[in-house]
Amino acid sequence: MAIKQVSIFVENKPGTLVAITDAIGAAGVDIRAMSIADTQDFGILRLIVSDAEKTKQAVREIGCVVSITEVVAVAVSDRPGALNDVMHILSENGVNIEYMYAFLTSRGHNAYVVLRVADNDKAAGILASKGVKLVSEDDIANL
Amino acid sequence: MFFQKEIETMPRKELERLQLERLRHQVDYCARNVPFYAKRLAEAGVTAEKIKTLSDVKYIPLTTKADIRDNYPYGLFAVPMKEIVRIHASSGTTGKPTVVGYTRNDLDNWSDCVARLIRAVGVDDGDIAQVSFGYGLFTGALGLHYGLEKVGCAVIPVSSGNTEKQAMLLKDFGTTVLISTPSYAMYMSEVAKGMGITRDELKLRIGLFGSEGCTDALRDKIEQGFGLFSTDNYGMSELMGPGVSGECHLRCGLHVNEDHFLPEIIDPETGEPRERGESGELVVTTLTKEGIPLLRYRTKDLTRLNYEPCACGRTFARMDKVRGRSDDMLKIRGVNVFPSQIESVIAAINGIAPHYELILTRQNYTDYLEVRVELTDASLLENYAALDGLRQTVVAKLQTVLGIKAKVTLAAPSSLKRYEGKAKRIIDRRNENPD
Repeated sequence: MAIKQVSIFVENKPGTLVAITDAIGAAGVDIRAMSIADTQDFGILRLIVSDAEKTKQAVREIGCVVSITEVVAVAVSDRPGALNDVMHILSENGVNIEYMYAFLTSRGHNAYVVLRVADNDKAAGILASKGVKLVSEDDIANL
Repeated sequence: MFFQKEIETMPRKELERLQLERLRHQVDYCARNVPFYAKRLAEAGVTAEKIKTLSDVKYIPLTTKADIRDNYPYGLFAVPMKEIVRIHASSGTTGKPTVVGYTRNDLDNWSDCVARLIRAVGVDDGDIAQVSFGYGLFTGALGLHYGLEKVGCAVIPVSSGNTEKQAMLLKDFGTTVLISTPSYAMYMSEVAKGMGITRDELKLRIGLFGSEGCTDALRDKIEQGFGLFSTDNYGMSELMGPGVSGECHLRCGLHVNEDHFLPEIIDPETGEPRERGESGELVVTTLTKEGIPLLRYRTKDLTRLNYEPCACGRTFARMDKVRGRSDDMLKIRGVNVFPSQIESVIAAINGIAPHYELILTRQNYTDYLEVRVELTDASLLENYAALDGLRQTVVAKLQTVLGIKAKVTLAAPSSLKRYEGKAKRIIDRRNENPD
């Protein structure tokens, strides 16, 4: 089970991000989570949103380079050591994480962790078999 | 301080008679030995006999860099290879260099011309000269090298680069004359200072700077840093190399070696000759060259000629420092760069749009080129390594074609300015903060 992540190329200069958040806001899309890292000149903005296709269209219209990729998201209970358990499972099964970020919602007692790995199906399978709760597209839309 | 005083101070009438004689000979020589010129001159109906006065030079068709390129590599050579003793080349727009060949006489005349500008600032056989131009196909280093030897200097052919060693040699070898680009001289003086070498420990007295423009402010700084006096000189490989013209110690214009080069000023738009004293594009006819004679070669450099005799005694016309170029060629760290070269590289790379912006800056007296390109390939957003890989590809391909390393910046699509008509893709900030 995987969910859609929107990746947007952003130049490292004032006004770039606000143009994107304006476009997403105007499209009526909810941003669930975001992560941005930068190099000296540019960054990649990664978003988990209520509607990935709509987001892609909205930011493409303002001239951004955008792509949708699939990532694995898991729900971990909001208690000390919960994330550590997930990390152990992945580590022991030789799954390498390229990048990850986490978010919380006002509902429930879970934290959500987005994972970018080489093989989504393999990682999802391993996590599910160990009883880790995977997050689906529907879950994201209804958070 | 002359090298060939009789020629350098020849009365203008006599000089012009010599020029006319040589011009007629050169036209005839070209018609007989270079098929390209035989055809061109026949089409224009020009023969040596039709050149009655120097101003008749205007009937000869202009020669351009494209003509040299079209005849790559040896098409414009006027002699068989057994008479050619040296080949040099400079970078061109399409990656193919402009090739020039020299006979033994050409090399002799060349070193005479260079020796004149060396002597004109007072360098003599007691001097120790460090040549910090890059040796190679580029004419700068070898051109100065042989001129210095002719004057009798002790020449140190250190070439460019390895600046700490350069500074060490300046001190340890007791270098008295430095030959380099002005920006490199500036950098060298800073490195020397950083190494704790003081002005008093150096014997430097004269700098012969060339191959790129130099503001008076930068010249002053170099002179203060090193405690020397410097002159500027001008040339280009197509015509010969350095030595086409050079300043004397009075620094009031660059004396054109008029016995070897006939200079004219034309309107760069129409190609029509301009009145004496007017600014325009410098056109030069080689008067004595045997290897690759050129008739009315368009230098693309904008300047002005002053025919008033100089207080130094020379009667040769003086050209102003070059003010700019009539084409879009850029000089970056002394290397010729054409935006069209950059365009061809960028257009051939997948994942970016065929638009670009060039930003030129100067830090520590060194030129930097930044090339901004637009990303179009969304699949590269997967990870930074992929994006950086694309950037590195652009850097590497530009370096292959240009010969210099540029900084490449990825920009969002359509973020670079678009132009109707002539695009202004070049932002030159090199002179915004005067050195």
